[in-house]
Amino acid sequence: MIRKNLYGLVTSIVFLTSTVPSFSDIKIGILHSLSGTMAISETTLKDTMLMLIEKQNAKGGINGEKLVPVVVDPASDWPLFAEKARELLTVQEVDVMFGCWTSVSRKSVLPVIEELNGLLFYPVQYEGEESSKNVFYTGAAPNQQAIPATDYYLEELGVEKFALLGTDYVYPRTTNKILNQYLIDKGIPASDIFVNYTPFGHSDWSKIVADVVALGADGKKVGVISTINGDANIGFYKELAAAGISADDIPVVAFSVGEEELSGLDTANLVGHLAAWNYFQSAESDLNDAFIKDWKATMGDNRVTNDPMEAHVIGFEMYVKAVEKAGTTDVDAVRKAMYGLKVPNLTGGMAEMLPNHHLAKPVLIGEIQADGQFDIISQTSEVPGDAWTDYLAESKPLMSDWKDMGCGMYNTETKTCVQMKSNY
Amino acid sequence: MSFIKRNQSLNFVIFFFLFSLFVTIASELAMGLLSTSFVKVLGKTLMLCLAAIALDLVWGYCGILSLGHMAFFALGGYLIGMWLMYERTKEIVISAASEQLIPLTPEETKEAIGNQIFGVVGGSDIPIVWIFADSLIIHLLLIVIIPGLLALVFGWLAFRSRVTGVYLSILTQAMTLALSLYLFQNDSGLRGNNGLSGLQNIPGYGNLTQDVISVIFLWLSTFALCCGFYIASIITKSKLGNLLVGIRDDEARVRFLGYNVELYKLLIFVVTAVMAAIAGSLYYPQAGIVNPTELAPIASIYLAVWVSIGGRGKLIGAVLGAAFVSLISSFFTSGQIPNIDFWIININWVDWWLIILGLSFVSITLATQNGLFGLIEKVKERVINK
Amino acid sequence: MKTFFIFVGVMLFASASVASDKDLKEFILTNKASFHKSSSKTISPVIDSLLELNSGGTEKFLLSWLNKELWFRKSDGLVVTAKKLEKKSYKIFDVVDEQLIEVIDKKKIKQIKPNSGVRAIISSALVQFQLLNADPSIRSKTLDSIARKPEEKFRVPLRKAIEIENNLKIKNRMIRLEKLLTVRFEKNISKRVEVIRSLKNDLGIDVRGVLNQIIRTALKAEKVIPDNINISQILEPETGAIDQYDFSETNHSSSIEGSFTDLDAYLMLVKEGKAPEILTQKKLKDILTQQAEIGNIKREEAHSLDSYQKRIRVLNRLIKNEKVEPVVSIEDMKNIVSQYVFYEEYAESSREVTNSATETLNVINGRVSVFSFIDLILEGLSLASIYFLAAIGLAITFGVMRVINMAHGEFIMMGAYSGYVVQLFVTNYTLSILIAIPVAFLVTFFAGIVMERLVIKKLYKRPLETLLATFGISIALQQLAKIIFGTQARPLTSPEWLDGALIFNEIISISWIRVAIFVLSIAFTIILIYVLNRTRFGLETRAVTQNPSMAASMGVNPDQINMFTFGLGSGIAGIAGVGIGLYAKVTSELGNDYIVQSFMTVVVGGVGSIWGTLAGATLIGFLQKVIEWFNPSNTLAAQTYMIIFIIIFIQFRPRGIVALRGRAAGD
Repeated sequence: MIRKNLYGLVTSIVFLTSTVPSFSDIKIGILHSLSGTMAISETTLKDTMLMLIEKQNAKGGINGEKLVPVVVDPASDWPLFAEKARELLTVQEVDVMFGCWTSVSRKSVLPVIEELNGLLFYPVQYEGEESSKNVFYTGAAPNQQAIPATDYYLEELGVEKFALLGTDYVYPRTTNKILNQYLIDKGIPASDIFVNYTPFGHSDWSKIVADVVALGADGKKVGVISTINGDANIGFYKELAAAGISADDIPVVAFSVGEEELSGLDTANLVGHLAAWNYFQSAESDLNDAFIKDWKATMGDNRVTNDPMEAHVIGFEMYVKAVEKAGTTDVDAVRKAMYGLKVPNLTGGMAEMLPNHHLAKPVLIGEIQADGQFDIISQTSEVPGDAWTDYLAESKPLMSDWKDMGCGMYNTETKTCVQMKSNY
Repeated sequence: MSFIKRNQSLNFVIFFFLFSLFVTIASELAMGLLSTSFVKVLGKTLMLCLAAIALDLVWGYCGILSLGHMAFFALGGYLIGMWLMYERTKEIVISAASEQLIPLTPEETKEAIGNQIFGVVGGSDIPIVWIFADSLIIHLLLIVIIPGLLALVFGWLAFRSRVTGVYLSILTQAMTLALSLYLFQNDSGLRGNNGLSGLQNIPGYGNLTQDVISVIFLWLSTFALCCGFYIASIITKSKLGNLLVGIRDDEARVRFLGYNVELYKLLIFVVTAVMAAIAGSLYYPQAGIVNPTELAPIASIYLAVWVSIGGRGKLIGAVLGAAFVSLISSFFTSGQIPNIDFWIININWVDWWLIILGLSFVSITLATQNGLFGLIEKVKERVINK
Repeated sequence: MKTFFIFVGVMLFASASVASDKDLKEFILTNKASFHKSSSKTISPVIDSLLELNSGGTEKFLLSWLNKELWFRKSDGLVVTAKKLEKKSYKIFDVVDEQLIEVIDKKKIKQIKPNSGVRAIISSALVQFQLLNADPSIRSKTLDSIARKPEEKFRVPLRKAIEIENNLKIKNRMIRLEKLLTVRFEKNISKRVEVIRSLKNDLGIDVRGVLNQIIRTALKAEKVIPDNINISQILEPETGAIDQYDFSETNHSSSIEGSFTDLDAYLMLVKEGKAPEILTQKKLKDILTQQAEIGNIKREEAHSLDSYQKRIRVLNRLIKNEKVEPVVSIEDMKNIVSQYVFYEEYAESSREVTNSATETLNVINGRVSVFSFIDLILEGLSLASIYFLAAIGLAITFGVMRVINMAHGEFIMMGAYSGYVVQLFVTNYTLSILIAIPVAFLVTFFAGIVMERLVIKKLYKRPLETLLATFGISIALQQLAKIIFGTQARPLTSPEWLDGALIFNEIISISWIRVAIFVLSIAFTIILIYVLNRTRFGLETRAVTQNPSMAASMGVNPDQINMFTFGLGSGIAGIAGVGIGLYAKVTSELGNDYIVQSFMTVVVGGVGSIWGTLAGATLIGFLQKVIEWFNPSNTLAAQTYMIIFIIIFIQFRPRGIVALRGRAAGD
């Protein structure tokens, strides 16, 4: 009896999972969590992808072939990301995936896509120190977000003392490690850099905010660099507002707070605090206006757009162009076609895919406004993304060039390729 | 039917042997009916079944509802993961250095490994807990020793002060929460939130492809599960098993009979913790990554729910529950079932699955004390009686 | 002096000098590029010459620049002000005489957005115009700008302003600011010292800032200490660190925090170029690789260099054969360090000033640490009240009824979402919160009753299974919330009177929301204790708790009592949800964050007693704050240690702090 049950179940799953759809379509895997803690951010990206695919199909697909999205839910469960990626590549036989948000989910997927030679477009700003042959990083590397923001602090605001607040995970840890070294190189003594890590979803911020205020006791201008993630920001900003900290006294620049996060907050008391991204909804360009209009038409008027969405827009556009150029969806051919491709940014200018699989994109710094949007006060020209940071001794000699050298971790000192697979 | 009862464990072994054989034949190695990722899912499911057996022993038979057994499970994964990760990285480092004029000193090798493993989480030194990471044998022993020791200390503290019932459940939950919060810290030396990843590659066998590895692990898992089941059924049939049931039903009475209740409880707690750890050490190389979310309290609650749905107090029930619920969960969340548009209601299975799952816990708990297995038995009895 | 005259001139003739409008126009036109994209590094000279120009329109121009009202025409860069006409077209006006220039398409103009560094400079430039403004709020803002950018030129006008200021609050602030400027810039030492000493009772962070700036020191190394310098202390490097130095490290860094070792001293000399660099492993390997490449080391030998000792041996040989430069040895390092004196020199040259600043700071810091401790207590109290609020509903259902409700966290969440929904309909925040509290109570009260009737009632005899069943409900409710409200966090905004903080002094302050939560938990305690101890319902509840069958035989309906008690516990969780939502966030996972914590609170406090829960929450709240205080850079560790503490605590008091005696404690 039991045996039959189990057997029946197993066979039914087998047949359901191994059904093969028609071959003439181009299948696009979408690997974003739709449930669990990360659903808050990732669902939006899934919707963005579906919208982009629909639009492309309306234009006639790619080379006359229809695009078919294959959505799976890795449920914010990191091992499940690997499992679902494998499923997408082998069972669904997709060539390309758009997905992941957290670094750990990317690290979970890496070995799978490198083994099976899949392609992943990763749309979120991240800590760098990685370059995989099979990943295109369309989000910002530290030198496209953290370093320019720190420069802004040092040069424009004259900040002399830094509080690096972050959630305890890899992105803040690595970013802060890079910033720490960068600040020391710029002549800020180590004693003037205060670092604090809090757990995910932390809500009790009063002590930490008080500690930051107390940093000003030696008469130096204090600035906060926040890599606080997700929901925890809400409590942090509420406490900041309650403590009456004006952005003119202690500015806060955040790398993980965008329009989406601010929509859960009343920003009236946060006006003037900063965020650094490669995209803000308030960017003025025709492309952006059109994109926002499409998005609101699909998702509703009160929805906002944000930086990772733009990353997907650019990534998708590039993929479409690369497939058109290569005439096939074959991973190696598409990858070769990607290098040097240029696609317009929503903020104006052109994003270019570099041989190290990162983009050249402009860096924007925005001030929070009362309506939950950002006022862009600084916009650089395109900054090329750097896979290996120049500010840490151990990564300085490393470089990535998949186009000519075919190596993602090339040591320029010893002139050897450290490894072909990436670090995970 | 009566044959099953007489020689349950032999049947169990035969069934799972045939099952693995079938999967091997159907896998990409031979017929290609089953994808490698599905073989991995099956292998992992077997290990969840083993964890469920462990929990069933301690809960179904001894009445201790531990909401912390997934902590031992994940610890097992961490301990094997450290070795896997260290050795794999060592291979990379050594092969990269082989082109240089001057070879690496042992210290330089270590440093390079540290940079590789901890570079991604903002560190570079190898923490002290990795001291034995280059020895497989020691780490295999540690899989037994460390979770066993943790269970021993925790169990001794808990049982000694006669914490029982729901208090104990909450205390075990606190234990796994504390451990997961500890591992979440980057300073814990186990790569914080990232955990250990890339575990699916077996060092020294770099040219083995995943379709082979998945089948190897399937057989290892089958072997472990059968051993676990055999040991568990020996325990339950022995005098110890009777005592455990006695403790479950009336702890005070067993104590008055002169038995050292605490000792037996501690014994079964430690044995099942080790069992869970072994299950974990085979699970995570198939999953590929182990990290602190794996030992969040919710994971252990899920385990308890599987056992409860399958039918606690019956080893087969636990296996059935774990296999059934975890497989059906992955089926429903795969996003491959067409959504249902019914009038104005749009049922998206990915969204609604958790609600269905939650409500089915409730209804199964309300309907029967013995879970699905109990239901099956009931139906069987009726059929036979008729 | 010149600035002073200009200043007075501006004060007296501000409204009269219309004549120079043209110059202003001219000036803006010639400097247009610096306005388009300004940087705080380069803008100061422009603003200075703008002030020197001394035109009547300067203030207005600076103000509109500050408020981001300036635009420029892309075609010729003309700086203008703009007014939105309709969707895509703007009217643009001359900045100075406000004449309409043209109606223009939005795409052809661009808004000028000075960054906050530039804005600070503009505000600072505006001080001279606005210090005597009729509007007290503008005067107050002007003082903010002075405080942010203290400059010597503000001293005289500030003194003048103090004389005519009639708003006492602003006047006091002005006096204080003037003192700070005196401390900073006064040339007369005795006057400066006098003012410094008078600041003893001021806890302000700006005061400490100014004083700390005075006693700032720089670490220096010289062979002989120069004369006539103000030295804080001479440092004697601790010996031994160089001897123990591990050359195999790639990055050398100072050994022990807070101490100054000979290694630190040496590294400092290296940095200043006064000593040769240390030979690290990496450098050693680089030298050897280079030597191997040019053939000074044979290939086979190079391949055998797999230890530090072997490499050093080869290096020494190469040095002996004069193939490589000699490297610095441990003896050399120690020798070099001993040739130098290390001392900390004050930036401030007057000894009297630094001494008085140090003394005053010591007094202030002493008081600050006392107040910080009080603040810590307040924060502990606040955290305790949050935990209490989250746990009190559980204390009733779990403590009084022995029912484990894993869905308790979801009731908190439901309460928070009820608040959000109420705010969707009632836009007045005060009113909406007043409505939200009873609504949240009713919603969760009925949800609780429904759950009790359908599920829990049937499982009273099986407590472990209640746990699982309620867990099932918990995940279903969580997912349901996600489907209804989406995954984004929803805003639950507090009324304006709860904005900001209750400020006792510069150190002790607590946000009003936390105060409100504290008051809420006090109110709950009183109400619950009253209900349980003084009402018929409470009496019956206690009776059912202690012995249901006996209570039943005395005419109490245990079934009904259980139902209402469960409803009450759930309802309170709902109100707690409104409070927690106000202070943190409203997401579907809100309850998850509090559930384990709440169980701990109840277990530590002692099951079945409101007082116990109170004690448990207090203990946990304070403990967490104290651990955080010891280890401020890692909040995560604090939570781990706290849970370990709780596990150990239960060893000693298995029944919690407030243990029930008698039959109720029986099971």
